[in-house]
Amino acid sequence: MPQVLVLAEQVAGRPTAPTCELLTFARRLGEPVAVVFGPDGESAGPGLAAYGATRVLWVEDPALEEFLVAPKAEALAQVAASLDLAAVLLTSGAENKEIAGRLAIKLGAGLVTDAVDIAGDGTTRQSVFAGNYTVECSVTHGPAVITVKPNALTAEPSEAAGTVEHVAVTISDAARTARIVSREPKQASGRPGLTEATIVVSGGRGTGGNFSEVEQLADTLGAAVGASRAAVDSGWYPHSYQVGQTGLTVSPQLYIAAGISGAIQHRAGMQTSKAIVVVNKDAEAPIFALADLGVVGDLHTVLPAVTEALRQHAP
Amino acid sequence: MKIVVLVKYVPDATGERTFAADGTVDREAADGLLSELDEYALEQALLVADAGDGVEVVALTMGPEDATAALKRSLQMGATAGIHVLDDAVHGSDALGTSTVLAAAIARAAPDLVVCGMASTDGSMGVLPAMVAERLGWPAATFGASLEVTATTATIRRDTDSATLTVEVPLPAVVSVTDQSGEARYPSMKGILAAKKKPVTVWSLADLGLAAADVGLAAAWTKVLTTTPRPPKAAGRVVADADGAGATALAEFLTAGHYV
Ligand SMILES: Cc1cc2nc3c(=O)[nH]c(=O)nc-3n(C[C@H](O)[C@H](O)[C@H](O)COP(=O)(O)OP(=O)(O)OC[C@H]3O[C@@H](n4cnc5c(N)ncnc54)[C@H](O)[C@@H]3O)c2cc1C
Ligand SMILES: Nc1ncnc2c1ncn2[C@@H]1O[C@H](COP(=O)(O)O)[C@@H](O)[C@H]1O
Repeated sequence: MPQVLVLAEQVAGRPTAPTCELLTFARRLGEPVAVVFGPDGESAGPGLAAYGATRVLWVEDPALEEFLVAPKAEALAQVAASLDLAAVLLTSGAENKEIAGRLAIKLGAGLVTDAVDIAGDGTTRQSVFAGNYTVECSVTHGPAVITVKPNALTAEPSEAAGTVEHVAVTISDAARTARIVSREPKQASGRPGLTEATIVVSGGRGTGGNFSEVEQLADTLGAAVGASRAAVDSGWYPHSYQVGQTGLTVSPQLYIAAGISGAIQHRAGMQTSKAIVVVNKDAEAPIFALADLGVVGDLHTVLPAVTEALRQHAP
Repeated sequence: MKIVVLVKYVPDATGERTFAADGTVDREAADGLLSELDEYALEQALLVADAGDGVEVVALTMGPEDATAALKRSLQMGATAGIHVLDDAVHGSDALGTSTVLAAAIARAAPDLVVCGMASTDGSMGVLPAMVAERLGWPAATFGASLEVTATTATIRRDTDSATLTVEVPLPAVVSVTDQSGEARYPSMKGILAAKKKPVTVWSLADLGLAAADVGLAAAWTKVLTTTPRPPKAAGRVVADADGAGATALAEFLTAGHYV
């Protein structure tokens, strides 16, 4: 059976939800082989085995952390060389898409970014033009290099050997040029990650700068908090929470848009959400066209009332 | 110093965007314009030119005849010259083909620095800058929320989910910048008039030493099988929030849908 290389990501020894999703897709195409980077990569072995990784190739090299992107693409290409490869799967994200692009060149492989489905015959599905079109695509040359959006399916466990092997790579001087000269960690919000969350509550200009009502509703629902660019540009919420074309793309089970008008660039980042709820005081706001439930009203009264109702309801 | 800015001509996102029969983006059906995200790249290059003497800013596009509009806008904003890679054979190129052409054009233009947008607003892959750098064998500092350029280096600030990175590369290099890097200028009346006299060079594939068979739709390693418009969404329920009716409906929706 051909092999499918999965670039695995882990936090504290546990594979992330999108990684488990990739492994689930990988099983449709062949035998999943995980690659995991970093000094503590080995610890993810059992978690990756639980989702079907037959082998876990653990690569640690200081260059992977000291330089941007290029060393990771080189490491993957070297790992791939020893496999009978059907595909390489990575989670969509700025860095992974760059790795995928470089890897496609190195492997002489077709490239698909932001897939939302992969069929057993390798046909991919993408949502394009801000979610207005669905495109099916197949790779016609070399192994397929595919980046997949988080939340594209529900990950299913499947026990496999998951034997951890330490693999040495040689990073060239050419890949050691974009030096990361400083790294300032961001403060964690304590909420679920935006792209992985099953529920996202986003606020826009209509919040008037007060995100506490958005945050309180989010916390009652165990949701992530997002923001429109107008809210970010006003300095009300950090850019890393921006949803849309130049922020993050989310595809949760439920997206709640509060005080957001629904510009095409915002819709591009949330249109594929399974269910959409809108709170906006302007009944003409274009975002209502996407809503499964729309509430025409002031978010400053609606959100606190909903939060309160849910808290009363809670056992 | 010579800076090449990669600018793409894209269909207007606020209009109807569709596909042609061959599965490529229909560039005739919708009005086109310079990708808004590439204006940020131009702005950063122009800031470098404003700050120093002898900085040349060349806008480079690959695209159909109409793509010259993207160059025109770039020249109006302040670029010194334009290069248009125009050849029927590039139609339908995938990222591998496009990066092949752009890398060859950059090699021919021989700049000290290439500045790109973070992603095109139509394909929105966000991969071309990295792929062009890979082909040129040049360093790449991508997704810069800010950019600083010296005679020998470029430095960006890059935000990731978990950290803010500072990344430095020696020149020549490829960089890309995000819409966080600073608002792009509008062309001035003077700029619009001056643009008319600025040179635009047209290069064919042959000028770049590439064969038609290397790029374009036939050489693409991905094949579009189907393109389907998203079915219009069934109208949802809309509730006016009179006397708390909206909040009640929303709370019920959340409970009934087991979101709580
Ligand atoms: C190249 C480019 C990239 C972009 N990328 C993004 C992106 O990634 N993400 C993004 O979001 N945008 C992006 N934008 C910006 C986008 O075009 C819009 O400007 C932005 O999404 C508007 O944000 P908003 O809906 O919060 O604000 P507005 O459009 O001002 O809407 C505010 C809404 O709040 C409602 N409102 C006001 N007060 C209340 C209240 N008390 N209660 C309830 N409702 C209220 C109003 O009726 C209105 O509908 C981009 C634009 C460009 C050109
Ligand atoms: N046809 C093109 N001509 C010139 N520049 C391009 C072209 N396609 C992509 N680019 C550049 O590459 C960046 C990223 O594009 P993409 O990878 O397609 O999202 C854009 O912002 C442009 O700077």
